[in-house]
Amino acid sequence: MTTKKTALYDVHVASGAKMVVFAGYDMPVRYTGDLDEHFAVRNSVGIFDVSHMGEFIIRGKDALPFLQYVTSNDVSKLTIGKAQYSCLPNDKGGIVDDIIVYRLAEEQYLMVVNASNIEKDWNWLQQHKGNYELELVDISEKTSLFAVQGKNALPTLQKLTSANLKEISYYSFIRTTFNGIDNVIIAATGYTGEPGFEVFFDVHHSEKIWKDILQAGAEFNLKPIGLGARDTLRLEMGYCLYGNDINDETSPIEAGLGWITKLQKGKFIGSDMFAEQKEKGVQKYLTGFMMQQDKAIPRAGYEITDEQGNTIGKVTSGTQSPSLKQGIGMGYVPASYKEGDTVYIKIRDKIIPATLKKPPFVKIEK
Amino acid sequence: MNFPNELKYTSEHEWIRVEGNIGIVGITDFAQNELGDIVYVDIPVLGKTIAQNDVFGSIETVKVVSDLFSPVSGKVIEINSTINDAPEKINKDPYGEGWLIKIEISNPEEIANLLTSDAYQKLIK
Repeated sequence: MTTKKTALYDVHVASGAKMVVFAGYDMPVRYTGDLDEHFAVRNSVGIFDVSHMGEFIIRGKDALPFLQYVTSNDVSKLTIGKAQYSCLPNDKGGIVDDIIVYRLAEEQYLMVVNASNIEKDWNWLQQHKGNYELELVDISEKTSLFAVQGKNALPTLQKLTSANLKEISYYSFIRTTFNGIDNVIIAATGYTGEPGFEVFFDVHHSEKIWKDILQAGAEFNLKPIGLGARDTLRLEMGYCLYGNDINDETSPIEAGLGWITKLQKGKFIGSDMFAEQKEKGVQKYLTGFMMQQDKAIPRAGYEITDEQGNTIGKVTSGTQSPSLKQGIGMGYVPASYKEGDTVYIKIRDKIIPATLKKPPFVKIEK
Repeated sequence: MNFPNELKYTSEHEWIRVEGNIGIVGITDFAQNELGDIVYVDIPVLGKTIAQNDVFGSIETVKVVSDLFSPVSGKVIEINSTINDAPEKINKDPYGEGWLIKIEISNPEEIANLLTSDAYQKLIK
């Protein structure tokens, strides 16, 4: 398979970014340094090229009933200009993908999906389209997406539009003229826990918008941020990463995504299984944990054990939290383990104690 | 990137500076750049005798953990204790203050199996 590139590939390379293949795309993993970039976002503002993410348009008379059937959240609650975090459940009780659904118009929605799952999600949606009267359009290749995150995201982007960005509340969006370009979606969403925006626009404007945002943010020391810091930022918030923390076999109920699994909305893919899990409880669940010692860094795939070293679960994501300077992670543990309990993480040949903790690990001032 | 001529290199991205029967070992400029910010180094082999290509520890960055391989056989006589509190030295000065271990070389002939600066640079191209 050939590696795909975002429109900004040459700009990233020219800026000295280290590129890695992620989800089939050649993406910047870091520009200056993971820690430097992490703190730029936590303390001021950073910009991410996340154009590898996929975007589908769902439009037509049956767009709403279709989305009610294929997603776990209650799309009937979604008004125009609002966004909703959700899942595409599969029929075995697992997760095809975690997504965000934006309502663009009365009968028109935008679904943003993970880059690694574009093809799988597309096929899944096609497969379930059935007799629903609607049109599905994959606009991934035509759409660029930049995330501008941090407390200075707003003053940075405000310089480039006359729309009042203060009025966009969390998980809302506007379509407006931005940097002289029409039809740009500015959404108050993100993957860092910081206030900030995600900006969707036609791929042809990528280079200009990138450079103009860099310039607008210069007074705030805005930095381009790679996938390395993106991962530590999301993990400090305990946000799930598809492929690590959730996958085709993990249920949203186990993954702590019960809050976006709305059984009262009626039948949808997997709903019977989720209803049973909600009623009877699950055997294991996804939780966060924090290492009790310095210099012990959990990694995806490490075993979670009891005091005797018996395996009780597996780490799905782990890192050294740059903000806390402490090892943090997420993983599935048996339902009998509760917040505050001590578990052990097997790091090389040692088992190191960790405390179960419900994320976020880091508190963000908003 | 810088690869001093007086050092020898492994294909696993360690370097060694040979001074008499002592070898000073670290990771290359290329390795530190690939790994990113180093946050912790775990080297549990002080006083132990290790063989060429043995794992002598691990290096943790924000993103990944990777093994460290010994360029030569011998006894580990010193570990750079200053990197405990300042692992960023490895990123900033990989051939100087960021050295990792000193090893008493038991078989000097092994040095001939190592890569020259030129050969190493070809490898990472």
